[in-house]
Formats: sequence, C-alpha cells, structure tokens
Amino acid sequence: MDQHASLFDWPEEGVRRTPYLIYSDTDVYEAEMARIFRGRTWHYLALEVEIPNPGDYRLMDVGDTSVIVVRTPDGGINAMVNRCAHKGSMLLYQPFGNVGDLMCIYHNWLYDFDGNLQNVPFGKGINGKGGLPDDFQACDHGLQRLRVEILHGIIFGTFSDEVEPLRDYMGPEMLANTERVAGKEFKVLGYYSQYLDSNWKLYIENATDPYHATILHAWATKLKLNRLTMEGAIEMGRGGWHHLSWSKMATDHGGEVYETAQFRSGSEEMGQFGLHDPSVIEQWDEFGDGITTAIQTGFPNFMLQQIHNTIAVRVLIPRGIEGSELMWTVLGYADDEDWKTRGRLKQGNLIGPSGYISMEDGMVGNLVQRGTQGDKDKASVMELAGDSIETIRNSRASECGVRGFYTGYRELMGV
Amino acid sequence: MAISDLARDNIHVPAEVTALMAEYAHVINGGRYEEWPPLFTDPCLYRITTRENEDRGLPLSIILCDSQGMLLDRVVSIRTANVFIPHSYRHMVSCIQLMESATDEWRVRSNYLVIRTMPDGSLCVFSTGEYRDHVVMETGEPKFRERVVICDHSMINNLIALPL
Repeated sequence: MDQHASLFDWPEEGVRRTPYLIYSDTDVYEAEMARIFRGRTWHYLALEVEIPNPGDYRLMDVGDTSVIVVRTPDGGINAMVNRCAHKGSMLLYQPFGNVGDLMCIYHNWLYDFDGNLQNVPFGKGINGKGGLPDDFQACDHGLQRLRVEILHGIIFGTFSDEVEPLRDYMGPEMLANTERVAGKEFKVLGYYSQYLDSNWKLYIENATDPYHATILHAWATKLKLNRLTMEGAIEMGRGGWHHLSWSKMATDHGGEVYETAQFRSGSEEMGQFGLHDPSVIEQWDEFGDGITTAIQTGFPNFMLQQIHNTIAVRVLIPRGIEGSELMWTVLGYADDEDWKTRGRLKQGNLIGPSGYISMEDGMVGNLVQRGTQGDKDKASVMELAGDSIETIRNSRASECGVRGFYTGYRELMGV
Repeated sequence: MAISDLARDNIHVPAEVTALMAEYAHVINGGRYEEWPPLFTDPCLYRITTRENEDRGLPLSIILCDSQGMLLDRVVSIRTANVFIPHSYRHMVSCIQLMESATDEWRVRSNYLVIRTMPDGSLCVFSTGEYRDHVVMETGEPKFRERVVICDHSMINNLIALPL
C-alpha cells in the first residue's frame, strides 16, 4: 500500500472532529494494520514475570499478527511472528507454555529461539530424490523478528526499524509514571478479557477520556472516588500521542456539584446510593503520593492502570473492523503482604467485565458503533479545552487525551 | 472415589440442596435480584472466576463478595448506579454431584449453562462452567455458605452485570 496515498480527507476542524467512517471502513482498518500496528509504534507484548524460565513463552497479538514472546536460554527475551516460513501456519497455539524449540506441527520445520530455521524434514529427499533444491538457503527462511525493549519488566516490541528507542518514544512524562507503577517486581493475580462489539479506537477514545469517567461511572462519582473537582491533571506525552490522567481523591473541593448536577449523579435515583459494606473500597496510599487514580495510555493500544490499589495492564486488540478484545492482566507486587493481596482482590470488584467503575466502558463503544454506522460522512465533536493537546493541570475538563491520540493517528495514517 | 460410590452418594443429594440451587436459578432468571442475597449466609463467599485462573492457581475474581452487604451492594448498583443494556439470563444446571457431606452441610458441584437474551430478541450462549457450592442449613433453611462460579471461558462477551 502506498504510504502516502490519503485514504480519505480528515474534517477541516482537525482533531476536534473524528470522522465516523474510521469506525466501520475496512480499507481504513487494513491501512491501520500496516501504518500503525506494523508501523512506527511500540507495542505491549508481555511481562517478564510471566515468562521467567528458558523456553517460557506467551503469545500476544500485534494488530492482526500473532507474536511469540520467549525467554531464551541465556535469559534474554526474543519476539517473532508466530508463523512458519513454510506454509504460514501458526507455530504455537496455546496462549502460554514452555517449549524446547519452535517446531511447526504441520511439517515439523524446526526453529531455534532466535528464529533460525534448524531443520526441514526430508530436506535432502529420499534415496537422493525429492527434497529441497541445492540453492535453498535456510538462513533466508527464518522467523520474522521484532525489535524488543524492556522497561521495568514490561516487554515491548515493534516491527519498525525506524521508530525511536522505546524510552524516547514514551517520553519523560510517561516514563515517570511507568517507573512509579512498575518500579518493583509485579506478581500476576490473574487474567480475563472482554470481547467488545466496537471498533478498537472507540475503547482507546474511552481510555484517553477522563471527561466520561466521572459522569458515566456514577458509582465512583457518588462515592467520591473520582471527580473532576479533585486535584488532578492530564499529562500528555510525545506531542499528544500518549496520555496520563491522575487524581487525588482526598483533595476534592467541589462540594455537592455532582449531587446538584443536571446529569445522572445528580438524579433522584442516585440520591440515596451508598454502600452497605464499604470494605470493597478500603484502600491505602499505594505510592505515597496521594494519587488514587492514574490511567496511562501508550499509543496505540497500551494501558497501565492504578485505580486505588488495583494495578493492571490492559491491551486492546483489534478483532476486525467492528470488534475488539480488551485483555486484562491484573497485578500485585512480588513483595505484597497477604493483606495487600486480599485488598487488591477485593478492590478487583471495581475493574474488569463486572467492574463497578468499568462495566459501562464495554457497552458505550457499541452504542457509538451503532450510532455512527449510518452516516459515515459525519463526525464526532470533541471541543472541551478547544483543540489543545497540551498537558492540563488542576482541571481535567479537557478532551486533549482523545485529540492527542488522533494527532498520532493522523500522522501515521497520512490523513 | 469409585464411580459406584459416587452413584450411591448422588442418590442422596439432599432435596434441600437441589431446592436451593433451583431457587437461585429462578431468582436470577426472573430478575428478582433483591431475593438473591438472602440465599447466602452472612458472611459468605460468592465469586466468579475463570478456569484459566483456577488451573494456574491465580486468585483473581471477576466478582468477589464475602458478606450479605457486598451482595446487596451488587444488587443496588445494578439497579441504580451501573448502566448496561437490560437483558436476562436463563440458567440450565445439571450433573449435581455430592462431593462431601456432614450434618446439615454439603459440598456439591454442578454444570451450568447461561443463555443471555437481549431486548432486541437476540440471544447467545453467554457462559458455561462449573458451580462449586458449600450449602449449610441455617435456622431451618438451606443457604449458600459458598458459591464459586468457574467459567470455562476467559473471554467475556462484553460485561457481566447480573450474577451468574
């Protein structure tokens, strides 16, 4: 595909608009796979603690491409496309495991953990007949490797030779929060995923949008867990590509603004809402800085979450133009005392498919998907804080996070 | 345990247990969520997890309630605070097997299948897996001391708002 051919014209208002057609156009999707997912971007692959021993692997999808992330015998991490050079069959099909080498089940072509082709059954034929031609070079038929970099135990990969090193790609604002959350060794508490009937970008828009968080998720608003009237900020990284939204629940100065508002938290039915057993929100100051919610996104589809004491990595995998899979890896720390683990597991009620403050995120994307389907020439309007993609402090009434994402999107897509 | 022993024991899955399990399914399927917490003791354990987490010894739950108050908070939340497209479940429960029994308490496991129906009339196989229950008699009534729901699937179709 021509990297410079514009697929469509972006609205003249710029990133204050998002054209509806990008949620349901298959040509756009194919271009996204090439220009974003296989383009100049870094992608979340795995955590080091998930694959501690030589031969441990996990599979992760980068866009539509299945990738093997494996611990090598010398303790390193390699990543390569999960596809045999022979017929294109996937080599591994269990999400996690341990293997001694990489052998394709189909004709048993064998690769080492560097992706080098080691053996082709009957490559020399039988009785001198058949087999591979003399000019067949095994070194030309290895597995496609990804560049890999590791940041605080979080493994990233890219198909691009051009993209800058990971730390430069993330920039100082995102690096600081990554160190804050991932600065000590993780312990995996568990996994689940959500299949969402919506284009992948609709969930990314949700994750980069603190505007919705205190309105849609009225559960947390009523309990004063997260309000825009708390001390907080939206910090932007790499010219808007990445975002970090944080808040400190102890600093709310908004009084009853949400109770008297003309939106749902001010409604009569929400008026009496409270908890019978508040143990679900018993929490401690996780990092000693008073920050109770911090959502970091990395372009295009990586999320690092602290919601009270729930720590998680989320990655949003496109599943065709109108579907996506939100994969959660829920974490604690290796040095957690038992009471902390119990606290994190109980606060787990706040997040995931049944999360008190996340279940709505699974369905609003579908409402937008269905709402925008009919009029692909129209566009959504995102004008809170004008067209800024700059960091905003002491207010989060800005849609800079979403506009920032689309700044990166437009640059890579050439639209 | 030999199959013959299991078969003999299963003749004696007490009516109290099967009645409680049936009532649970009808309460949820009928949308009578306020009647769901009283089916448990206080304290109690109700949790939903996945077979993947269970097999790998990972403790994460999708829902975890350990008191009547927490069960009630789930109900109040789905009635007032949380937003989702209204829908209903239909539970199919089978192969109830008695694992342990003592005076007025039993541990049983069973299969469940939940079909979800949306307001537009569409339906899907929403969840299937295993119930692991600890049932006790409390003031003459059978109650769940524990109900652990282990979904065979790690991928959830959008969200789980209503109890499985």
